Amino acid sequence: MGIIKEFKIQSKDFVHAGEGSMDIRNTLKSLDLDADVIQRVSICAYEAEMNVVMHGGDGIISMSQDETGVVIEVMDGGPGIDDINLALTEGYTTAGVEVQQMGFGAGMGLPNIVRNSDYFKIYSEKKKGTYLVMCFWFNNRIGNECRGRLFTLWDNHKYNEVV
Amino acid sequence: MKVRDIQSEFNLEIAAGSKGLDREVTDGYCGDLLSDVMANARRGNLWFTIQSHQNILAVAVLKELAAIVLVNGHRPDDDTRARADKEGIPVLLSSGSSYQLAGRLYTAGIKKKDE
Repeated sequence: MGIIKEFKIQSKDFVHAGEGSMDIRNTLKSLDLDADVIQRVSICAYEAEMNVVMHGGDGIISMSQDETGVVIEVMDGGPGIDDINLALTEGYTTAGVEVQQMGFGAGMGLPNIVRNSDYFKIYSEKKKGTYLVMCFWFNNRIGNECRGRLFTLWDNHKYNEVV
Repeated sequence: MKVRDIQSEFNLEIAAGSKGLDREVTDGYCGDLLSDVMANARRGNLWFTIQSHQNILAVAVLKELAAIVLVNGHRPDDDTRARADKEGIPVLLSSGSSYQLAGRLYTAGIKKKDE
């Protein structure tokens, strides 16, 4: 499974926010893949991309795809997440007032990702950054596992090289 | 029903994205939290919101919404208009509230089949 797409995400850049996710969606649409998978990938990619824009340092979003499914990886060189369990709790947010007035930072991003992905893993290290991997299968035969998968973004960059 | 039909029947001002006026409207959704709209709006929805910044277009594109209606007299800035034109997603304007407009849309029979 090779990388098909990789985009840089700029922290605090609300002008270009979402463009990586839109490009991923357009690519998947052009491949004529299952509409439900495209919809779920779009939701998760957007939430993860916006998290980097809002909270992270600069980062990268990548998409790879083969006949079994789609893998999205997102990595940033931001401050890291204090308490991942808390961050996964619906309604919990550390977003500022300004961002919230724009309709972001409702504490629904990570819960949306958990709900819409078949496999989800998040790693975060204080002052280093955060890494997310999300998998979406074209059918249920793989289940909620990612065993044997190559996570190309992780393998290629690690935290240190992101920024 | 097409966006164009609702725009004309509800007398909504077209702010941008007029090349998308023939998009089909299947249902509606009201929401100002973008993650809520990402989670719950469905393809072909007419989206009623007070959010007028350009990030609403990414949400509309990703969710394949039919059009965005800015309610309560909110108006889009130039960036939002440019983005709507680029993506071909109509941005319509109304002085009415989400409640009023959604009510009219629902009464006009625009709703999910099982409701």
